[in-house]
Amino acid sequence: MAFVDFDRVSLAYDDSGNAIEDITLKIEEGEFVAFVGPSGCGKSTFMKLCTGLHGPTGGQVRVDDEPVGGPLKISGMAFQNANLLPWRTTLDNVLLPLEIVKPYRHEFRRRREEFVGWARDLLRTVGLEGYEDQYPWQLSGGMQQRASICRALIHRPRLLMLDEPFAALDAFTREELWCVLRDLWEAQRFTVVLVTHDLREAAFLADTVYVMSRRPGRIIERRQIDLPRPRELATTYEAPFIELVQALRAQIGEIRSA
Amino acid sequence: MTNKEKWRERLAPWVAVVVLVLIWEAAVRLFDVPSFIFPSASATAQALVTFAGPIGMHSWQTLWTTMAGFALGVVVGLGLGFIIGSSRFLYHACYPLLVGFNAIPKVAFVPILVVWFGIGSVPAILTAFLICFFPIVVNVATGLATLEPELEDVLRVLGARRMDVLLKVGLPRSLPYFFASLKVAITLAFVGTVVSETVASNQGIGYLMMSAGSQMRMSLVFAGLIVISAMAMVMYELFALLEKRMTAWAHRGQR
Repeated sequence: MAFVDFDRVSLAYDDSGNAIEDITLKIEEGEFVAFVGPSGCGKSTFMKLCTGLHGPTGGQVRVDDEPVGGPLKISGMAFQNANLLPWRTTLDNVLLPLEIVKPYRHEFRRRREEFVGWARDLLRTVGLEGYEDQYPWQLSGGMQQRASICRALIHRPRLLMLDEPFAALDAFTREELWCVLRDLWEAQRFTVVLVTHDLREAAFLADTVYVMSRRPGRIIERRQIDLPRPRELATTYEAPFIELVQALRAQIGEIRSA
Repeated sequence: MTNKEKWRERLAPWVAVVVLVLIWEAAVRLFDVPSFIFPSASATAQALVTFAGPIGMHSWQTLWTTMAGFALGVVVGLGLGFIIGSSRFLYHACYPLLVGFNAIPKVAFVPILVVWFGIGSVPAILTAFLICFFPIVVNVATGLATLEPELEDVLRVLGARRMDVLLKVGLPRSLPYFFASLKVAITLAFVGTVVSETVASNQGIGYLMMSAGSQMRMSLVFAGLIVISAMAMVMYELFALLEKRMTAWAHRGQR
């Protein structure tokens, strides 16, 4: 049984028609999948369905063998905007989910030392050691995004949802963060759903890339990325990778001109 | 900024006050305005000294009634702001009512308050309250209502209840709005108190000015004006300072 299982899922927010339509797919536990597609194709809608923030209007979503009927706290989310709370230090921002999610919220006072340890470990692995007591506005955009990913991971979710998390960063910072995410994933093997506009990003990080059509979003292509792991950044400048990205690019181009 | 420039900036408001007083004094002398029409700065200063005792007593009355009304305004404003800011439905339901209420000149309430509570401190306190709670409500409610939807998603997926989101994110986030509104509210509260005192009290600076005016002692009236604005300025600065201390994170660009 797949970890995430979409069976002919559709969602219409209102009478204007489906935002996504007839989506059937399976994501294995520990798989890294990426969704690419034109703007407004319902990628973010897919995330809401997957995490239970929104119910489908047709079909069924199952996660971990259970029908999804509400917010799934085994998931962590990060967005394009880091959305850190400016009145909290980086460390306290990362700890925020533990103050909310069960069962940790009831243990927060008692186990605070331990939780702070988790947060420090996580911040170290993303290269934010020494910045724990800084406020978000003292960090660069890339550093804020690292902290945001830590916040998404602090409660050890099995499902990490990333909605264009690197879109607002400059090219070099973005590639750095690809590697940070790659290393986190290699080490912990949570399931990742990455929504992105960046085909290189999708191809570099994911096991499977789904291409979505224009609204109403359908999945029109599922592409297995068979590049060997662990992948180095240098891979992205080699022929097989470039061909792959070009093929994806051609597909998106077809959708746009259609 | 160099040290010299910093000093210039700090001295500038005092220089402005001195210049204004000088113009005032010069204009009155130059045009030979009778002091029962428009007293000179020096005559006003003299009245301030001569009547220091009664002015002090009446100022104290005005100050404490203002602060009482203001405190009431803060409590009610914060509570009401929290309630309507935390629900889209209530926000839409109550906002037009609040705007309508705010448009009523608060002086129109004074006769009603007098009928209900008699003349004295109570109408003054309540007028101050009525005039000052509105900006607090609006600011707190707006701060709460403009939460980033993505941040809400991050928390909701963790099973956060509405109250979690409000307490962990909404309330701290609206604090800068709240403190900003306090500065506006405290000056408005003075307006409310004084307005009420002029018509429905036998104490306070408003009453003092009213009775001095009826005796044509204009220098004393002007002394009252100056005392009110001095009190309001001091309170304003106090709350500006408090705002800076409490919400330093929101003013990071201004350091």
